[in-house]
Amino acid sequence: MTVEILKSAFDPHKRLGDYQAAHGSEGRCGAEASFVGYMRDNNEGERVTGMYLEYYPGMTDRHLQAIAAEAGKRWDLLDVLIVHRVGDIQLGEAIVLVAAWAAHRADAFEACRFMMEDLKSRAPFWKKEQLEQGERWVEKNTPGFSQTGKQKSDN
Amino acid sequence: MSVHVKFFASLRDELGRGEAQIEYVSGMTVVDIWQQVAGNEPMGHVLAAVNMEYARPETGINDGDEVAFFPPVTGG
Repeated sequence: MTVEILKSAFDPHKRLGDYQAAHGSEGRCGAEASFVGYMRDNNEGERVTGMYLEYYPGMTDRHLQAIAAEAGKRWDLLDVLIVHRVGDIQLGEAIVLVAAWAAHRADAFEACRFMMEDLKSRAPFWKKEQLEQGERWVEKNTPGFSQTGKQKSDN
Repeated sequence: MSVHVKFFASLRDELGRGEAQIEYVSGMTVVDIWQQVAGNEPMGHVLAAVNMEYARPETGINDGDEVAFFPPVTGG
């Protein structure tokens, strides 16, 4: 179980591959589920040109550790990795990587989703967006369950 | 006898400071600290942590504690 808070850009897929190579549970692992969140160029109808991510040194790390530990209690997991950026972030850069390894896909999928949703709603991070004119603090995160997906399956 | 208070993100901008020292008084709670730093402004959606764990307005404070106030989180 590993939690990392990074002040500079990282390649999420390289990090995932390196981590799996170093902590591999070859043979026992039947499933890996991962999520990567990136910096988008728009929010609430405005172009966003950059972002600053603030955190609470000490508490943020502790909270991410608690999320990983809670996932390990609720699901049968082999390993968990959470990586989150802080500081100045450029367009297209990865902000967050969450991954879960398990024997079976249900544990991996559900634990990955749980960790990501808890992180979005509870982990102490705050985004300040740079716009073409000025900057603003993001006031709230978008809901975690897709309305679009529901509508498509209903039609 | 004091409590160390921290503010983050938009709340720090609104209050115009990132930290404060409050004199500790026996029996004080999170909301008592909030009223000392923010006046009559209600806590509303403001979140609080005591010693880096989420706390409620009625959570009790001990001498030397670190109390943090911040807006809803927007990470990920």
